[in-house]
Amino acid sequence: MRVCVIGAGAIGSLFAAHLATVADVLVLTRRQEHAQELNHRGLRVTGRHDFTASVTAAADPRDLPEFDVGIIATKATGLEDAAESLAGRFEGATIVTVQNGLGAEEVVRSHGNWQLISAVTFMSGTKHSDTHVEYILDTPTWLGPYRETPYERVQELARLLVDSGLEAEALPDLRPAQWSKLIFNATVNGVAALTGLPHDAHFAEEDGDSDLGHLVHALVDEGKLVAAAAEVELRDDPWEMNVLATKRGSAHRPSMLEDVEARRPTEVELINGALVREAERHGVDAPLQNAVYRLVVAREASYS
Amino acid sequence: MRVCVVGCGAVGSLFAANLARLEDVEVWAYDLFEEHVEAINRIGLRLSGAGEVLGRLTATSDPAALPACDFGIVATKAMHTSAAVEATAAAFTGGCVATVQNGLGNEEAIAEHAERVIRGTTFPAGKLLEPGHVQWDVKGDTTLGPFEPRPAPFSEVERLADACTRAGMPTAAVRDARGPQWRKVIFNAATNPVGALTRLTHGRVCEDPELRRLVTGLVDEGKAVAAAQGIELDADPEDLIDHAAKREVAYDHKASMLQDVEAQRPTEIDYLNGGIVRFGREHGVPTPLNRAIWSLVKGLEQSW
Repeated sequence: MRVCVIGAGAIGSLFAAHLATVADVLVLTRRQEHAQELNHRGLRVTGRHDFTASVTAAADPRDLPEFDVGIIATKATGLEDAAESLAGRFEGATIVTVQNGLGAEEVVRSHGNWQLISAVTFMSGTKHSDTHVEYILDTPTWLGPYRETPYERVQELARLLVDSGLEAEALPDLRPAQWSKLIFNATVNGVAALTGLPHDAHFAEEDGDSDLGHLVHALVDEGKLVAAAAEVELRDDPWEMNVLATKRGSAHRPSMLEDVEARRPTEVELINGALVREAERHGVDAPLQNAVYRLVVAREASYS
Repeated sequence: MRVCVVGCGAVGSLFAANLARLEDVEVWAYDLFEEHVEAINRIGLRLSGAGEVLGRLTATSDPAALPACDFGIVATKAMHTSAAVEATAAAFTGGCVATVQNGLGNEEAIAEHAERVIRGTTFPAGKLLEPGHVQWDVKGDTTLGPFEPRPAPFSEVERLADACTRAGMPTAAVRDARGPQWRKVIFNAATNPVGALTRLTHGRVCEDPELRRLVTGLVDEGKAVAAAQGIELDADPEDLIDHAAKREVAYDHKASMLQDVEAQRPTEIDYLNGGIVRFGREHGVPTPLNRAIWSLVKGLEQSW
């Protein structure tokens, strides 16, 4: 089995290094130096696991041989370019999207007719260098078939991930998990980006009138109404996911917060935008989610 | 007639320096910024920009140094009202105390320490350039009226309005001053925090149609709360918002709350959106958008 990981940020690096212990792994990077470093030094994992994997990396998609499975692990903002770089090739490959939010599959599908697997991942890591990633949270990756993709193919990939040492589970219908994470991300990432707060105890406080927990709760409730209208039964309650995450000790800095502080484009369209468009499509009022969405989009506009 | 300006920042200085031009008015200023106080006493209080004024007055940081005054004009930031009026209350036992501050709740805070209170709203604006020197950015009208629960006699309201008008600060005395106050509060609550959260100038907030709709959502909640109290707005805040968005008016203006956020100073959000939420609750009017914005800006303050 040959797997190509497209995008070697923290999540891509964790997939690539682990899978390299059970499969041939290719890595497509954005920068030439990054590919050279990976070819030269391999990819080191520390934290929950400790090993160095050997991978074959390239920065130019034309240098990639055929592969069986492609995992696009870029951020949502890099998805379009990643899918385009695969266009017209790798006909028999199965492509996996692990982006936050909704709609990644459609973006990839618009560039080619590959078999697709949807995934959401809750694992987390920190990239210390181009060749070193720390595995922090070993929470699972869930995978599900997109449209006509056979479920057996999903189960096969989930088994491969588990064999490689990662937590993974195949689900016949990914939507309950995907939507739980969607509502969670739209709420927590949006509020973090606007307030500058990491995902800390403020997000669960509901004592005083202006406490942030009230807003987080109201945003989650709107998200649940949208999910219900879309006939998705959530796998986890996003409010409980929020409360649990704030009790974890070290407060996580959502990527949307990191992005606005570095004045980079955020994932707001595939996350908050997707949720607001689903609300409109199903005729559900979501004024607070809409407000957060518009404010983050406007915050991006302030960069220039 | 003797007037003491309590809180001699930008707006307080506009009143103090202009009133000091009148022969029949003796002006005092109370402020905790000692370099400013010292400069005023040494070289006078200078305004430049929309008008060139050099006012001669006596400034102090010591409330015990204040003589008995006919009028107090409170111009502190809203969060300092209570402390400033409590400290200076002895000077006003025989006089009336007016507010020209932003937001809701200042009159109530003043009334805890003063017998006769004047509700007020002012539109002129400026900024402190250096101790003793204020830039006068915008001229504008002021409205004064008796504060209903602890009213100053209307003749006294007229006497203060007349002095301000003669000093070059056009001021109207009205029986019900709530209309202009709520128009300004609704304007500020709908635009300042949106600028602060997105980092956009007033003009750029208004030219994004989705963001402009959010502003209207905030305005509509404010109007509903005003209407529930029987307050008739003297003009539509929407007109003020569109007017200010013009290139030649305030397109490039950074809301004071945005300036506060950039300097990581506490904002007046509790007295703007927080005030609308509190009055809304008292009168049974839901204000979910104002409450959301209130929480976001409080969260932002907590991130520093």
